[in-house]
Amino acid sequence: MINILALSVALLTLQPIRVIDLSGLYSQIIQSDDTLYVVNFWATWCKPCVEEMPYFFAAADKFSNQKVKVIFVSLNSVKEKNTVQKFVNDRNIQQEVLLLNAGNPNVWINEIDSSWSGAIPATMFYKNGKKELFYEGEFTPQQLDSIIQSKIN
Amino acid sequence: MKRIVLLLALTTALLSFKHQGLHIGELADDFKLKNVDDKMVSLADYKDAKGFIVIFTCNHCPFSVKYEDRIIALDKKYAKKGFPVIAINPNDAAQYPSDDFESMKKRAKEKKFTFPYLHDETQAVATGFGATKTPHVFVLQKETDGLVTKYIGAVDDNSDNAKAVKEKYVEAAVDALLSGQSVTVTETKAIGCSIKWKK
Repeated sequence: MINILALSVALLTLQPIRVIDLSGLYSQIIQSDDTLYVVNFWATWCKPCVEEMPYFFAAADKFSNQKVKVIFVSLNSVKEKNTVQKFVNDRNIQQEVLLLNAGNPNVWINEIDSSWSGAIPATMFYKNGKKELFYEGEFTPQQLDSIIQSKIN
Repeated sequence: MKRIVLLLALTTALLSFKHQGLHIGELADDFKLKNVDDKMVSLADYKDAKGFIVIFTCNHCPFSVKYEDRIIALDKKYAKKGFPVIAINPNDAAQYPSDDFESMKKRAKEKKFTFPYLHDETQAVATGFGATKTPHVFVLQKETDGLVTKYIGAVDDNSDNAKAVKEKYVEAAVDALLSGQSVTVTETKAIGCSIKWKK
């Protein structure tokens, strides 16, 4: 009984992963307001992605008093939803984590950014209804901070 | 100000990086890389080839693993028609130990690769081609001027499920070339593991 209670409490505090398509990402998550949306494309199997995630956690903390929102968009297969959920739970990730289910990558990768080769990690900065910057590759904490700083000013 | 300079430097680095590598219609340079049988391989060794399916791939990347059987199938189908698969692993083994040469040998043996699996230790070939991720395919056709780039991109449109594939991009490209036609879809995109460059 106690175990079940403990489990329920644990479940309540967990962030459930949402599966979303591309139009959902733009209509429900990335709003056309003056918040800077920092959208990081990653996957649990992507080592450099996992390595740079703490920089995003730190940036979200550092800019918590500003209009900055960090969102993690997982490109794991939808079949791996439980893996992503476990990853998020184990690390107690506070930022919103979504699982993208957008169909043919040859279509949606270009819709996100035509310069993107499809390699991850990749990060998009979005504000006032438009894309400010798209970057394919890993950041250093300094690079990430300076880009966010320059975009909120 | 310092931040703006940093940002500019970053953007410039990014832009210059984007323009490196092969584009459709451009000539690819031949190379000489060590195969998993310890012999050196060049494209010039293939006197009878009409072209090549060059695939940057590796051991560790789940997308590469998902495509292994499909890459073997491509070689089985097209090597005899004159377009053999040449697989190249460009990853820095210091950052991915499972991508080192010994592990490549092991994987090639386990999966009974019918094609060379070459080690791009200096990463010069991947840089020259402009490969950014694994798997990343370049279809080259042998013409009088040299090896002309005819297709760059993904193997097909569904990494997750080979049975649900609707468009086999590489097959369509090679089939077109074999029948003397131009390739319809010359560039495609797919998610892949970024190549780990040496620091």
